[in-house]
Amino acid sequence: MATQTEAKTPADRPLRVGILGYRAGRERPAGGWELWAWLFMRISGILLLFLAVGHVLIMHVGGTGVSRVDFSFVVSRWQSPIWRTWDWALLSLALLHGINGLRIVVQDYVRPAAWRFAVNMLFCVVGFILFVLGSVVVFTFDPSRWLVS
Amino acid sequence: MAKRKSDVGSLYRGSPGQWSWMAHRITGIAIILFLFVHIIDTAVIGWGPTAYDRVTVIYHNWVVRLLELGLVAAVLYHALNGVKIMIIDFWPSSARHFKALSTATIAVFVLGMIPITWIMGKDILDLAFNLNL
Repeated sequence: MATQTEAKTPADRPLRVGILGYRAGRERPAGGWELWAWLFMRISGILLLFLAVGHVLIMHVGGTGVSRVDFSFVVSRWQSPIWRTWDWALLSLALLHGINGLRIVVQDYVRPAAWRFAVNMLFCVVGFILFVLGSVVVFTFDPSRWLVS
Repeated sequence: MAKRKSDVGSLYRGSPGQWSWMAHRITGIAIILFLFVHIIDTAVIGWGPTAYDRVTVIYHNWVVRLLELGLVAAVLYHALNGVKIMIIDFWPSSARHFKALSTATIAVFVLGMIPITWIMGKDILDLAFNLNL
């Protein structure tokens, strides 16, 4: 009786175990698009380690934190193409990294295929709109429109 | 036969790493949701100083600054735990020292958060109670 139940339950099949003796985290995908996504998460992660942590330390911890951030602060900051490039790289990588992360979370919690597709599409559309909005602002912001008058 | 509480214990105990997995997920979701808002609030700068300064005033409020401290902690944790994940992914034999790696991750996070909490916390207390620290 007990053996029959065990054979029927897929959860009772032995898990692939790693060096620890149990499964440690998410396994590396075997290949194809999922492997590229896996690799992208790690490469963007390394870049974001500097871009995002640097951004947070400079803008939120350094100086007087966000209390110094207002229109004139951004005007002087974005005079430098280096900061505009930094902010745009951070925008693109963080969005791609975050939306792919959401896709993995959705994979775990949204089971019906149609719902999963709908939720993923929603995140993709929101991400794309915000990417366009952010890119336009970073590259076309021109303070002379307000400083001249 | 149904499992009794005594069979499973009152606390679910998965493999080591389940808490860091959960924390990584929660901080990641929190960061991407904030990023959505942050892109929109930054975009308001395109409507000029009056509009943008009205938005940035929200971030100068002490309650929001407290949430901001949480955001900084989330980014730092997610980054450090991400490094741990990459070490284990790219050098699988390092999984032997999983406990030590986890301890090191938390130690670096706590050591980093001590000065950050002090620096940002001073400002928050200052705004909340006019302490002039």
